[in-house]
Amino acid sequence: MGIVIFDGVAYGMLLFLIGVGLSITMGLMNFVNLAHGTFAMVGGYAASVLMARLGLGFIPALAAAFVAAAVVGAVLEVVFYRRLYRAHPLDQVLLSIGVVFVSVAAFTWGFGPSMQPFNLPPWLDGQVSLGGFEVGRYRLFLIAAGLVVFAGLLLGLGKTRYGAMVRAAVDNQRVAGGTGIHVQRLFFLTFSLGCGLAGLGGALSLGMLGLEPTFPLKYLVYFLIVVCVGGAGTIVGPFIAALLVGVVDMAGKYYLPEAGAFLIYVFMIIMLLLRPNGIVPRKGLA
Amino acid sequence: MMNKRTLLASLVLAALGATGAAQAAEPLRIGMIATYSGPYADYGRQFDAGVALYLKEHGGKIAGRPVEIVRKDTGGPAPDAAKRMAQELIVRDKVSVLTGLDFSPNAYAVGAIATQAKVPAIVMNAASSAITTSSPYVARLSFTVQQVTDPMARWMLKEGIKEAYTVVADYASGADAETAFKKAFAAGGGKVVGGVRTPMNNPDFSAYVQRIKDAKPQAVFFFFPSGVMPPAFLKVWKERGLEEAGVKLFATGEATDDSYLDATGDVALGLITSHHYSYAHKSPKNEKFVKDFVAQFGTSMRPSYFAVTAYDAMAAIELALAKTKGDTSGDKVMEALKGLSFESPRGPVEIDPVTRDIVQTVYIRKTERVDGRLVNVEFDKFDRVKDPAKEAK
Amino acid sequence: MKAAVKLSPRTVQAAEVAFWVALASCFFFLPDRLTLMSQILIFGLFAVSLDMALGYAGILTVGHAAFFGAGAYAAGLLAKHGWSEPISGLAAALCVCAALGYALSYLIVRGADLTRLMITIGVCVLLAELVNRLSGITGGTDGLQGMVVQPVLGLFDFDLFGKTAFVYTFVVVLAMFLLARLVLRSPFGLTLRGIHDSRKRMLAIGSPVEARLRMAYAISAALAGVAGALMAQTTQFVGIESISFNRSAEVLIILVLGGTGRLYGGMVGAIVYMLVHDWFADMNPEYWMFWLGIFLIAAVMLGRGGIMGALSRRFRTQEHAR
Repeated sequence: MGIVIFDGVAYGMLLFLIGVGLSITMGLMNFVNLAHGTFAMVGGYAASVLMARLGLGFIPALAAAFVAAAVVGAVLEVVFYRRLYRAHPLDQVLLSIGVVFVSVAAFTWGFGPSMQPFNLPPWLDGQVSLGGFEVGRYRLFLIAAGLVVFAGLLLGLGKTRYGAMVRAAVDNQRVAGGTGIHVQRLFFLTFSLGCGLAGLGGALSLGMLGLEPTFPLKYLVYFLIVVCVGGAGTIVGPFIAALLVGVVDMAGKYYLPEAGAFLIYVFMIIMLLLRPNGIVPRKGLA
Repeated sequence: MMNKRTLLASLVLAALGATGAAQAAEPLRIGMIATYSGPYADYGRQFDAGVALYLKEHGGKIAGRPVEIVRKDTGGPAPDAAKRMAQELIVRDKVSVLTGLDFSPNAYAVGAIATQAKVPAIVMNAASSAITTSSPYVARLSFTVQQVTDPMARWMLKEGIKEAYTVVADYASGADAETAFKKAFAAGGGKVVGGVRTPMNNPDFSAYVQRIKDAKPQAVFFFFPSGVMPPAFLKVWKERGLEEAGVKLFATGEATDDSYLDATGDVALGLITSHHYSYAHKSPKNEKFVKDFVAQFGTSMRPSYFAVTAYDAMAAIELALAKTKGDTSGDKVMEALKGLSFESPRGPVEIDPVTRDIVQTVYIRKTERVDGRLVNVEFDKFDRVKDPAKEAK
Repeated sequence: MKAAVKLSPRTVQAAEVAFWVALASCFFFLPDRLTLMSQILIFGLFAVSLDMALGYAGILTVGHAAFFGAGAYAAGLLAKHGWSEPISGLAAALCVCAALGYALSYLIVRGADLTRLMITIGVCVLLAELVNRLSGITGGTDGLQGMVVQPVLGLFDFDLFGKTAFVYTFVVVLAMFLLARLVLRSPFGLTLRGIHDSRKRMLAIGSPVEARLRMAYAISAALAGVAGALMAQTTQFVGIESISFNRSAEVLIILVLGGTGRLYGGMVGAIVYMLVHDWFADMNPEYWMFWLGIFLIAAVMLGRGGIMGALSRRFRTQEHAR
């Protein structure tokens, strides 16, 4: 039982790490970015390639993944996304689907359709005894990383000037622009940050989910669930939602394997019916 | 409208030129309905490679006629597209044989067209048992999931395994594997102590492996489609220390599919699987096959059972046409295919005269590192295995 | 910017008739591509049904294949278990999907856009999983076989060339399209437009918004079901892909490509998408996804509102709203 909860929390942390960027971009820019998984994939491949070909250590590879995904995000923001902030949500959906398709095809061509081989660094391999349980070190690391990012984001958004600007823009973009906040630049930075976080999450998922070119399509639904159930535009909402999703998924598979794929979607529908605006609804949302 | 894509146009021309064929022999058109795009694009590539290898050995001809392969991409399992393509291949491209058919739903859909048009369809991969019974114009050269699972159960019993736990992917082939395993294992006195079906789109196996760890069965048998699921499962298996806990692991050869084995990596070492073809199979025919394959395609792509089956399908067509003396009418070709037997790179194969399904040797192999590469080393076998689902009837 | 060309209502009507006549004439001019044309028509109807929910009623859904698949399985199971008359099979599928759509609409009309989106996805995936689970009845991932579909009207057999299938599909799709056109140009349709434009104002004038949305969703579901049933009957096979999330995404792409909120958007989108896809499957299958992605990005960056949107910027009808 304890192990199941632990595994669920680790899985949830991973979903949070990848999905929090989507919550920020969806909440801030009202942009339905279905291509979020692409940035995670970029980060994952960056880390994998750097570790395999250049022998980079795990932690530097994670940093590199963040940077790589943030850069790709920045480029795409300037070239494409920027022009569609005011567009119909369907156009945004179509653009992001196009980006996903191109990225999946490109990575299949570049890296082949198989799973990227990944070897855990020795200090993360194996299990460690924690409170009477044998827990995987890697999962422990995931939980730690998730907590660090969560705390970092809360502090960043709560205590810094940049964070205050972001919160203002989320609440009411027009008025925020009116007070002199450079909204365009804010979007650019925040989008890149969100993509960078996704990249970090993607790199971390190497040890748990396995990386192959259809990653963005396969796991898109999970990120969407975390953001929707949690509440787009907040940090705490997706955090709670991700943990819930992780634990429900793991517990379901452990105790009720016959329920199979049903469980998580039933859970999602129930949560959405109970709290249609998310666990932590965004303030100022109609 | 030149819409069809002729794969071997240059080869055909070269063959014609080389042999100086004076007669304008009518080309033999073969329709290939397979997957060339998306996550399963490898399947189509392997088929093409097997076909190309066979045609190269035979100067681009079958039964004295130059061969034209017309490829159509279904992009994965897409029965409505497959059916439409089969229709177009017969009506527009006037093919004499339909082949390819990597996914079972596509094979079923095309089988119906084969019946309607009385055109022979030769299955190069689809592994659902009822495909050959669904249409009298379908013959299969590949395998069925039940055919490779049944011997594994019997072998496990032979090794003294008395209880087993099954893990399969939750789709038609997984259900097939579970059924075949349970039946064969119970028939031999074994007990299936538990089982689980995992969703196809499953990110993480830890909950399932933890369940197995807590149940502590003597052995576990698993079946997943080849690709990304087996390595994910094996990784968690190693991580959780199931091996140290004394639980033995067995699977079908999809887990160590030759084209994915290198990418799967060391987690597969020591795994015992059952399948009908291993790249490392020791026979003169296979050694020549692999040598020619590498010569033609390099070492980037390893021939797997897809390529071998495609190669054998061409051989079967040639042998059948030899029997019918070049007559390509559906009824005659199907009649000629029945009871056909020849040597394939995998071993001896036969086409059952009653069910038109493949009868072949199923090998028990172990994944080992030989000359620095991971391969499946065969060490036991079951001769002349027929599809158990049809045998039982 | 060039001034938009003004077209009289007569011209527009003539263009519509010409469109359908051109499609029908494929029977004579493209005799060996009839199966492709049938499937284009089916997807066109499916996209139009999605438009009713998405473009007109404003319900963002990526789960519409739930109804396409439900209709397909309804018709398929009927045909398999003895009821092989095709037209009544269609009617049955229509009723089943209308009921299903109405029942699900209670879930759909709540919450914000994003919530609705996820619920529709969830329902679609759940239904697909149900089909997989009940594989004894539905054939699961191997597909539903053994469908026996009697000749249409007792006279026209479903032949290998797809002739009967094409005519049957054409007639049904045209009929359903005209039905949709009727509904969307009626006062009911105008209410939907109003709700899409501003829900609050509609509530303010006392319009029963939720009831209207439910009705729209149910009708949209019924049309999608007919499309699915047509697919099942003309191919005599139902694959699990017809109820999958991928199919929902595909039809969304088709609709957005053609242009939402415009009657012909779905049809035009289906024609373009299927033809391009087919061309790619022959020419360059390995890179289909890549070029489709580029095509989609280009379509969005260069022309908002899809193909019909681009056309509507060039051509204006003289009358006001449709």
